[in-house]
Amino acid sequence: MAEGMTGLVHKYLRHDKKFPHIWCPGCGNGIVLGSLIRAIDRLGLDKNRVALVSGIGCAGRMTTYADFNTLHTPHGRALTYATGLKLSREDLTVIVIMGDGDATAIGGNHYIHSARRNVDMTAIIVNNQIYGMTGGQYSPTTPYGSKTTTTPYGMVEHAFDISALAVAAEASYVARCTVYHAALLDQLIESAIRKKGFSSVEVLSNCHTQFGRRNKMSSPVKMLEWFKENSVRMHATAKMKPEELQGKFIIGVLADSERPSYNDEYEKVREQARGISAERKPPARFEG
Amino acid sequence: MNERKTARKTLLLQGNEALAEGALAAGCRFFAGYPITPASEIAEHMALKLPALGGSFIQMEDEIASMGAVIGASLVGVKSMTATSGPGFSLMQENIGFACMTETPCVVVDVMRGGPSTGLPTLASQGDVMQARWGTHGDHPIIVLAVSSVRDCFEIAVFAFNLSEKYRVPVIILSDEIVAHTRETFVPPSPDEIEIYNRVTPTVPPEWYLPYEDTGTGVPPMAAFGDGYRHHVTGLTHDERGFPTQRSEEIDALMRRQFRKITQGFHEIQRVETFMMEDAEIAVIAYGSVARSSRRAVLEAREHGVKAGLLQLVTLFPFPRRYAEKVLQQCRAVLVPEMNMGQISREVKRVHLNSSRVETLNRVDGRLITPREISDCLIKMYY
Repeated sequence: MAEGMTGLVHKYLRHDKKFPHIWCPGCGNGIVLGSLIRAIDRLGLDKNRVALVSGIGCAGRMTTYADFNTLHTPHGRALTYATGLKLSREDLTVIVIMGDGDATAIGGNHYIHSARRNVDMTAIIVNNQIYGMTGGQYSPTTPYGSKTTTTPYGMVEHAFDISALAVAAEASYVARCTVYHAALLDQLIESAIRKKGFSSVEVLSNCHTQFGRRNKMSSPVKMLEWFKENSVRMHATAKMKPEELQGKFIIGVLADSERPSYNDEYEKVREQARGISAERKPPARFEG
Repeated sequence: MNERKTARKTLLLQGNEALAEGALAAGCRFFAGYPITPASEIAEHMALKLPALGGSFIQMEDEIASMGAVIGASLVGVKSMTATSGPGFSLMQENIGFACMTETPCVVVDVMRGGPSTGLPTLASQGDVMQARWGTHGDHPIIVLAVSSVRDCFEIAVFAFNLSEKYRVPVIILSDEIVAHTRETFVPPSPDEIEIYNRVTPTVPPEWYLPYEDTGTGVPPMAAFGDGYRHHVTGLTHDERGFPTQRSEEIDALMRRQFRKITQGFHEIQRVETFMMEDAEIAVIAYGSVARSSRRAVLEAREHGVKAGLLQLVTLFPFPRRYAEKVLQQCRAVLVPEMNMGQISREVKRVHLNSSRVETLNRVDGRLITPREISDCLIKMYY
């Protein structure tokens, strides 16, 4: 196993100048990156045909370390750049890494519309429920009552359910996981990349430095235990009462449907337009 | 494109349509935009024409997203463009900065309307000149071009794409509501008459590729994502390999190279047109729709014995200083009419050597400055 993982590290991570990485010891970002490269390896994707796009934040730095075509965009905008990539070059597998603030606060609108539009790409949202890089301010996914540097008296807003948002916008594939459930995460990311259309994988991740420290979980282990004890598999929720699900993380595949991707739909538009051009010139409006 | 070769029809186009046609002729194959008056016709025309050419059109959720998608498309090697007006242009500034920092070619059209804020959606202005130059934060070079007629819209669109590809820099085209919606006849050039410049791509093996290498021109070859040259593109200040850096010598080298590549290209980037300047003693310096009023005004003033001429600025930034200086030395007075409270006039005053008088004529009521207003001003200044 160790040997296999070392092989993957050599194959998929950049090893010049870019290490050590900026993440705190024990950060969940490493687990997510590990799952991502295992999934890509299992899918047998050509590194030259993978574009990894990220926004700003701790998770956004993942693009610096991974050896693909990597794009580190402004805060919240990763999905818009990814849309341009995928529309103009369909042979690229486009994977977008965002944080919770990135995807649901500053980039919330892009997230909703990317899901609705169903462009063929995969969004991985590392949800650590805090703005870690800027020093622990509350994000749209910070749990009610939590202490952060901008909620010193406790969080009074209610958290966004990121995955429910993607389900409502009819993304083709929506899944949630935690960094404790790494083996499941491998599978979910693999399925998400395989899925045609927009797929979203939300990963609850530990920021013990900024979130845990202020909320009685100051070590990675305590936070992983929190994820372990409070996670419920999607298939188990059917038998549970709503009050039992309060404060729980529902993990697994939340939505999986077949819907034509934007790319497929637009290809039809191209064919139709070409047909019209061949038959006669385009609609006469602009011809003298 | 082929149909044009056989039958070169005279077209009746509005500025916005001509601009879109020019972009297509230049090889633009991606457009992302968001509806806004008075720029929407550009998007509509692209939505109609791009699919048959194998390109893509997409209407995004806002202008921020549009600009992001445009940069994304350019990174895979596709010439791309967006078009908007003042309010949308403000939203695009964040991502325009990313294009500057990462040296990603793209063309942004701003069809100016009255502002600030929602302002005058259906009326003209030239209020965005300085926003086009300095709209995004941080020190950065950028190219800004102005169009004044339907023919201009077509030709400058081609010019904009060529400069953008050659210098790896976002190019802003400033149009205005009057140019955008005025219909004129126009015979488009045949494709073989149009000079097209495409970005230089790397020829070295991928493991040797330095995406931000300093070259003689200051413009590094640009690999497309997917072509085997895996590299990192970031809005962070980066080294030659594209990786974030905080080393002062690497930061300094990046910034200076980005400015130098534009400075080295002044001879071809800075474009102006002159009208009756040979014997002029008094000159108008103008751009956009006001330049057309000025052309007429020069003729009217000449009828009154005023030896007037016109310097029309096609390139607004980098400011064509050497052309302006020549006019300022030749003439005893210069008039800068603008549909703003004086933006290019400040540039003219900045470069003038106190050898002549610089006067301004400003209109900020959404209406075009008429030839009569300009000629009256010239006559008064002359006598």
